[in-house]
Amino acid sequence: MALPKYTEPHYRIWHYIYLFICGCVFFFLIAPLFVIFPLSFNAEEFLVITDGMKRLDPDAFSLRWYKDMVYGTKNPWGLAAKNSFFIAIFATIGAVILGTVAALGLSSRYMPYKGIIMATLISPMIVPLIISGVAIFFFMAKAGLAATHTGIIIAHIILGTPFVVITVTATLSGFDHSVTRAAASLGSNPVNTFMKITLPLILPGVISGALFAFVTSFDEVVIVLFLAGLDNTTIPVQMWTGLREQLSPTILSVATCLILLSTLVLVAAELLRRRSERIRGINR
Amino acid sequence: MSSETQQILTTDGIPLEVSLKKVERRNKFKAFLLVAPLLFFLLIVYISPIIGMLFNSVDDRMVTNALPKTFVAMEKWDGKELPSEEVFEAFYIDFQKLIEEEKEGKLSTQLNYEKNGFKSIIKKLRRKSKSFEEGNYKEQIMAVHERWSDVEYWRAIKRRAPSYSYSKYLKGVDMYQNQEGKFVQVEEDRRIYKKLWVRTLKIAFYVTLFCFLMAYPIAHLLATLPMKYSNLLMICVLLPFWTSLLVRTASWMILLQQQGVVNDFLVWIGLVADDERLVMMYNETGTYIAMTQILLPFMVLPLYSVMKTISPSLVRAGKSLGGTPFTTFWKVYFPLTIPGIGAGSLLVFILAIGYYITPELVGGASGTLISNMIAYHMKYTLDWSFASAMGLMLLAGVLAIYWVYNKLVGIDNIKLG
Repeated sequence: MALPKYTEPHYRIWHYIYLFICGCVFFFLIAPLFVIFPLSFNAEEFLVITDGMKRLDPDAFSLRWYKDMVYGTKNPWGLAAKNSFFIAIFATIGAVILGTVAALGLSSRYMPYKGIIMATLISPMIVPLIISGVAIFFFMAKAGLAATHTGIIIAHIILGTPFVVITVTATLSGFDHSVTRAAASLGSNPVNTFMKITLPLILPGVISGALFAFVTSFDEVVIVLFLAGLDNTTIPVQMWTGLREQLSPTILSVATCLILLSTLVLVAAELLRRRSERIRGINR
Repeated sequence: MSSETQQILTTDGIPLEVSLKKVERRNKFKAFLLVAPLLFFLLIVYISPIIGMLFNSVDDRMVTNALPKTFVAMEKWDGKELPSEEVFEAFYIDFQKLIEEEKEGKLSTQLNYEKNGFKSIIKKLRRKSKSFEEGNYKEQIMAVHERWSDVEYWRAIKRRAPSYSYSKYLKGVDMYQNQEGKFVQVEEDRRIYKKLWVRTLKIAFYVTLFCFLMAYPIAHLLATLPMKYSNLLMICVLLPFWTSLLVRTASWMILLQQQGVVNDFLVWIGLVADDERLVMMYNETGTYIAMTQILLPFMVLPLYSVMKTISPSLVRAGKSLGGTPFTTFWKVYFPLTIPGIGAGSLLVFILAIGYYITPELVGGASGTLISNMIAYHMKYTLDWSFASAMGLMLLAGVLAIYWVYNKLVGIDNIKLG
């Protein structure tokens, strides 16, 4: 962002103020995440940066909270992690299948009542979570699915599908339908055409929708709080309980692991976005 | 000519127009078939329960069914003075039946919503009514507790007679329907919900405003920097976006506590004395700070995607025509970013108005929102019909905002990542 030489001084000052403001905002966005790292290695039981840590005294740091996270007695994190992954994986599969198929229908130019159907399909994203939670709780209680994995998975499929629908319809908007017609004219049946031609082309959109659905489910706590029993506890529910009752540094170890996980997701999402942009670019 | 075009036939001898219509119908059906699984899934497990909440919120059959004889007897009562012996007798009979079925607890909870003080007098009546003698129930019931001879309590019972009522909606805005059927506000010191609605709107509005003020410059920077720098800076926006909400809330709890990093820093630079550390958590301030940071990416991303499409040559043209940097920004650049501002603000406002987790954890008593009240009634008071009513009022608000936005700007601007 070099300024041209002829810039007048007061605009130059304005420009530096602008850069300073931007720096502050970026700091505000990212810095809070980094406060977690040092504290998760705290040797003490407090959630404050101790004097020892300020002096970088090696004794002030330890891995005890990570050990507690993995081996601790009566430790809820193992079960929570298992449940979280189990629920998120199945919710993602469900959301991706339902969402992708629906997106294929929605991007057909013959689709009737497109507006109202699209609004219905993405409504779980617009309706405040607490209301979705109350409504889904009523349904699951009546259906006898409260406090079951199935109930939570269904709830998370509901929340995940809008993301898949949106990302896949976006990918399909740059999709050249003549390739599927070509496949059909060469004698391929619709399922074969979808698997061999359409799916590989829209795959970046499908996967990035899947990432959204996975993260939504993995991170979701409001609905699980309504639905879960003791056996269905997930990582976010455990964190919620921990944050409300007693802040133990173990939570910060878990949080550090989650930040690393989200970094992975971020990298994957970015690579996919670029790839899908490239594919769409070619099609234009 | 037109009669000739109509007679164009396909090889099967069917008029072309008919054949084309048939194909189109089949294509429509095929497209619908693809959407159908998700559509029906959502209609069954999601949309219908939301509509079911509508029934929940007005359903008042529990009390109606609990006291059938009482309400029949009450039909003749004008509600001015204490009801007659007939009503008391009917109430006694209904009440005995409830005790047999062990449902009197539910009744007392329900009546207590209507008027405070029912719980204890129903408990007492249950104990004393075992030794009631036949006849003259009015005096016997009134002897149990003085409140039973207060006409206000009998009026409260009568108000619960209809099977359906919209009283929960009135309660949600601190009103009730009095004896004459007029809508009146509850006493000044018991108006809690109106305050909560106003606070929710206020917090959502300011969070949206703060997000806008912070997001605009950085979105502009990201959109104008060369790719290799902007990709790096984009991580600062995307990493929080992908990070768990609870992790981010936890980090704010650590930062904002009284022995936390922010206070440490303020003490260190001498802005705050060590014994006067700021209270930034468990109040409104905490909610503002944490929600702004958490929702900021939702404002940056739509703004960025709009700004990215604005050609830099437009600004250069403005300048070459003699505009100062400020006028070109205000007259050329800013109007072009309005769709992004609209999309971002809508997203942030709608998310903020229904926020639950962060206010619950860092908001304390003065920083909680309407969602927290809904959850409270779902979990602790178990007044599900009231929770449903509040939820639907919130939903109506959100949908109204959405509708207005759609009319003004169009929904298509929402993009993900």
